[in-house]
Amino acid sequence: MLEIKNLHVKLQEEDKVILRGVDLKIGAGEVHAIMGPNGSGKSTLSYVLSGRDGYEVTDGSATLDGQELLEMEPEARAAAGLFLAFQYPVEIPGVGNMTFLRTAVNAQRKARGEEEMSAGDFLKVVRAKAKTLKIDADMLKRPVNVGFSGGEKKRNEILQMAMLEPKMCILDETDSGLDVDAMKLVSEGVNALRDAGRSFLVITHYQRLLDHIKPDVVHIMAAGRIIRTGGPELALEVEQNGYADILAEVV
Amino acid sequence: MALAAAKQDALAARLGGLARHTGGWLGAAQADALARLTAMGLPTKRDEYWRYSDPSSLTAAVATPAAVFDAGDESPVFDVIDRLKIVFVDGVFDAALSDDLALAGVEIERLADAAGADIHWAQGLYGVLETRGQSPVQRPLAALNTAFATDGVLIRVTGKAAKPVGITYIHRDPTSDVMLHHCIKLEAGAELTLTENGPAAARFTKVLEVEIADGARFHHIRAQGRDHERRAATHIFARLGAEALFKSFTLTANGRLTRNECVIELVGDDSKAHVAGAAMGDGDFHHDDTVFITHQGQRCESRQVFKKVLKNGAVGVFQGKILVKQGAQKTDGYQISQSLLLDGDSQFLAKPELEIYADDVKCSHGSTSGAIDETALYYMRSRGVPLKAAQSLLVLAFLAEAIAEIEDEAIADDIRDRLEGWLARHEH
Ligand SMILES: Nc1ncnc2c1ncn2[C@@H]1O[C@H](COP(=O)(O)OP(=O)(O)OP(=O)(O)O)[C@@H](O)[C@H]1O
Ligand SMILES: [Mg+2]
Repeated sequence: MLEIKNLHVKLQEEDKVILRGVDLKIGAGEVHAIMGPNGSGKSTLSYVLSGRDGYEVTDGSATLDGQELLEMEPEARAAAGLFLAFQYPVEIPGVGNMTFLRTAVNAQRKARGEEEMSAGDFLKVVRAKAKTLKIDADMLKRPVNVGFSGGEKKRNEILQMAMLEPKMCILDETDSGLDVDAMKLVSEGVNALRDAGRSFLVITHYQRLLDHIKPDVVHIMAAGRIIRTGGPELALEVEQNGYADILAEVV
Repeated sequence: MALAAAKQDALAARLGGLARHTGGWLGAAQADALARLTAMGLPTKRDEYWRYSDPSSLTAAVATPAAVFDAGDESPVFDVIDRLKIVFVDGVFDAALSDDLALAGVEIERLADAAGADIHWAQGLYGVLETRGQSPVQRPLAALNTAFATDGVLIRVTGKAAKPVGITYIHRDPTSDVMLHHCIKLEAGAELTLTENGPAAARFTKVLEVEIADGARFHHIRAQGRDHERRAATHIFARLGAEALFKSFTLTANGRLTRNECVIELVGDDSKAHVAGAAMGDGDFHHDDTVFITHQGQRCESRQVFKKVLKNGAVGVFQGKILVKQGAQKTDGYQISQSLLLDGDSQFLAKPELEIYADDVKCSHGSTSGAIDETALYYMRSRGVPLKAAQSLLVLAFLAEAIAEIEDEAIADDIRDRLEGWLARHEH
């Protein structure tokens, strides 16, 4: 599904290198988790994959089902099936949540040569999905993320994901800011989307999320590299001992 | 002295060839206006009130020609609205294109037709609000218009108008130089929606005087046409009684020079006056909103909401003032002027002013100028919304507060469609 090879990234404006040769391969239907200390480059990786400006790829590649991602516009990556649930979802004053969602769904359908969703159908689907995430009608009407609480923003990201039905979902610290119940809701939302054709890359600091969304593979990122890869037990090890041992091993 | 003489020379040149109505009530009103104008002279760039906008093309003896815009097969704005149509082609009333000037609850008459009468209701309005609006700031172009307007529409509303009245200005002659003057009087409790659309002429000078009696409601929505080379100076003078409502929204897309002045007096208590504008400029575009709102009555609310989207060197100007007179307690005044600069070449100049002589008032004003939010753009694109569509959504979001001042949803939708059309044609 997603294959990242030797990815090197620096900031465009500065001589600051952030990713120093990331290798990662996620098969169809798999769930991978990335953990790692603050500032190790996890969000940067997700931004570079989704096409944010400000970064320069100096080496390496990233492909989605064989398609080279890094050359594509962000909207084309989305249409190809990539989705990033943001660590810090963006507020868009003046643009209604519903309008935004429908524009996005129909733009992707159009890009893929599919028929657009009628207003009626869209409303039905979005209401049902919002309900399972406990997003009320008022939140759907309000401007995108404006005045949403931290947890509401995260749930809104998952609603977007559920509506867009991407095949490669990257979740960047979706658990941060969520209360215990909301974490369950969100995890259920994610698990409901799991199937053989869809893969997940879950970035998190906490094992707790991985109790709900069970990963197949866990990676540890430090200083812009994946320094260790293992099974779910690796997350438990981090939870218990922190990163010190793992980091020491590498050095 | 030299300046004053130069001003008088310029005035003489500008007046050459212009004819006034003679006789009847209008002849007298126009003669008075000419006297006012002569005392003031025409504005120059040296006048404080014209610091940001050069009036020379508005005061020149001859109008600069303006190519006529071809809208292709695009339907004219407001066509979806059922309204009584009044059409002027290069300032000349066109009976064939206009509807019968008959509407329940409304008396409609052409200024040129009413001019000859000895007595007319419009006597109490024509040039009267304009004169009041000459202080504390002089507006010579308005006096010029009052003195030389060839025609216009006089509307007296006694009840709730059965449908909107729509004035359409068609520009066909690349050299046309037009002055029209309208008076609208809403009697107590009356209600009217007025639409205006079209570029009118190569050079257009217009005055609209509106008297809104107690409990009356006036809605005004205009779209100033797309002719890129046209120049226009328009003035609205409005006076409100008690519990009255005035709402005006203007869409300006293109135009070499546009100066829209709006002078509002809230005389009675508990009234509301809202003025809003959305301006879209690409290239050689200069747009100036100059607003003066006077609060005299108590518990009145005024709102000024002006938004400009500028690119390729376009210039936007906002001069807005709220004057709260002594005794105008519980005034609620709000003013916002913002520009969205789509590139680094464009410019927005704002001069917001508050002058308050009452102690129990709430007034706020703000002015900002900024670029499109790149993070929001990326966020939207990461959801699959193409760049152009994302930009368009953000621009419409920026304009939303101004468009929200249009109460009629069908008209607001029409305006939004025009804005989307403009954005599609002016992609960057
Ligand atoms: N635009 C930027 N300007 C300056 N520094 C940046 C920029 N983007 C990222 N960085 C730096 O790059 C490093 C990696 O940041 P990144 O956000 O990817 O870390 P992270 O692993 O997601 O951390 P966290 O766990 O705290 O979310 C940090 O040191 C950060 O300060
Ligand atoms: Mg991060």
